[in-house]
Amino acid sequence: MSLRRPAKDQPERFEFNASSLEAANVIVSKYPEGKQQSAVMALLYIAQKQNDNWIPLAAMKYIAKFLDMPYIKVYEVATFYTMYNLSPVGKYFIQVCTTTPCMIRGANKLVEACKEKISESECELSNDKSCSWMEVECLGACVNAPMMQINDDYYEDLDKQKTLDILDKILNGETPKPGSYRGRLNNEPENNRKTLMDLKNA
Amino acid sequence: MLKDQDRIFQNLYNDKGSDVSSSKERGDWVNTKEITDKGRDWIINEIKESQLRGRGGAGFPTGLKWSFAPKEVGSRPHYLVINGDESEPGTCKDRDILRFEPHKLIEGCLIASYAVQAHVCYIYIRGEYFVDGQKLQAAIDEAYEKKLLGKNAAGTGWDLDIYIHYGAGAYICGEETALLESIEGKKGQPRLKPPFPALIGLYGCPTIINNVETIAVVPTILRRGGKWFASLGREKNTGTKIFCISGNVNTPCNVEEEMNIPLKELIEVHAGGVIGGWDNLQAVIPGGSSMPLIPKEKCETLTMDFDSLMAEKSGLGTAGIVVINKDQDIIKCMARIARFYKHESCGQCTPCREGSGWMWRMLERMAKGDATKDEVDMLGDVTNQIAGHTICAFGEGSSWPVQGLLRHFKKEIEKRNNLDPIVQKKNNIPYLVDQHLLDKKNA
Repeated sequence: MSLRRPAKDQPERFEFNASSLEAANVIVSKYPEGKQQSAVMALLYIAQKQNDNWIPLAAMKYIAKFLDMPYIKVYEVATFYTMYNLSPVGKYFIQVCTTTPCMIRGANKLVEACKEKISESECELSNDKSCSWMEVECLGACVNAPMMQINDDYYEDLDKQKTLDILDKILNGETPKPGSYRGRLNNEPENNRKTLMDLKNA
Repeated sequence: MLKDQDRIFQNLYNDKGSDVSSSKERGDWVNTKEITDKGRDWIINEIKESQLRGRGGAGFPTGLKWSFAPKEVGSRPHYLVINGDESEPGTCKDRDILRFEPHKLIEGCLIASYAVQAHVCYIYIRGEYFVDGQKLQAAIDEAYEKKLLGKNAAGTGWDLDIYIHYGAGAYICGEETALLESIEGKKGQPRLKPPFPALIGLYGCPTIINNVETIAVVPTILRRGGKWFASLGREKNTGTKIFCISGNVNTPCNVEEEMNIPLKELIEVHAGGVIGGWDNLQAVIPGGSSMPLIPKEKCETLTMDFDSLMAEKSGLGTAGIVVINKDQDIIKCMARIARFYKHESCGQCTPCREGSGWMWRMLERMAKGDATKDEVDMLGDVTNQIAGHTICAFGEGSSWPVQGLLRHFKKEIEKRNNLDPIVQKKNNIPYLVDQHLLDKKNA
């Protein structure tokens, strides 16, 4: 289990803005009547997006009221799932996968690059307060290892130099192109394709 | 090698687009009505005849699972739930189906929903796959627009709504009952079975849960016939499967191949061989991180299917093959997997919650050579106290890789760890302290 605690400094109030409210109502309508509790995970995402990538306790209380469920149940969900950030993270939130398939292809080099460019330790904001990074468990792109996720996008087939370049761009406020950084097509074997050949030539 | 025309996922690498019109060119949605017109029993029988086994890891026969759904819809509606939580290290097949072959999945959902009489289908996607989930959502929206979903979907006379539910980074939600808890808006902690979800599942209603890949191959099986699918592979291990080959190979890739293909062929032909040559191979994890590893000697002749891997005391699992060569420290690799399980244990059952941490800490010290001689057997003892003593199969999943390491690399561990078991003051052995809590502020 991972131990997760809410941040010490908490804002006092939280409310959905108009666009969040609209998105929340659409999500609640996906579930059967009386089962609106199902929407809690999606609503926490919406709150996280609205609140600069983290969820304050006030948002959990607000969602509990919104869905007519006990606050403690929202708190349980928010602390159980690791993708909900309970304390502030950077606007660019970098997650480096270091589980075995990435590890044996050199994920530690990516961690080194993050340490050089962003901050010495995990979950610590960079000097300009725009980025933070952390090691995470398998992100499910093992064939494209080593890789990292920046906000929603996957950056694959990396090495140290490529990671440094990507981080430079991020620190300059640019958004680098997601996907494979060795120029291969998605998950195909690089320069070694033996299947679905007629489609490739088509 | 499997012939290209027998590959089900023609767009695995996204050579063509994934929209409705290019999917139709590949044969999706062509005669969905003709298939459903043949009736529920025909569909379930055809799937039984194809001997399709679930692609999510456990390998349960799909046709049999569908036949567990109640024949008549009572006061409670039926649900179909698709498991796209794919979090097993080494596995990345469902992601490609979600983003490049979404219409195979959506059509499969329609046919399966018809077969088990569900009008609502939830697709559970792990939160990290947000972008891929958006692509699937775009495909679902397009399907609604073209009247392939919704009322009288694709002219079949069946009403179906599909919704996506995103997870939020919990590996355990890949377990089917934990997944249901998660959809209900709770912590993803597995339920006791029985009752099985086919009778009491989502919101207490009959629910059929299948993996993304299982459902995505269904339309093709029904078009080409269960006999065709059963003719590939071997008895009880039929059909094709997407293999994900990662780790120390020259060209890591996803590839769809026949079941029962030799492991050596997968590695040498598709993945471009082991880095440093075949002789540099140390071990292979054949089916995602929870399956015990297989040492090099056995890799020569091993074939990849459920039963032949079972005979080697391992398993096909999700067919995520992780190749580890001799440049890697095998104990460290397994210690990292143990850390994964320690992090992902849901905390419901004590043996797994505590034991996964013990295994990790012991392995970390063994990798450094800090452990004593008798701890090697102690580690085996810990694994035996976890496996089989938990609500879900996660207990087995976390202890099997360690047991595999002990089975095949015990000598290596013993060589590195030969400290005297008598406690010596200068060796600080923090047995019961969760060390990461001391190391990190924000763990």
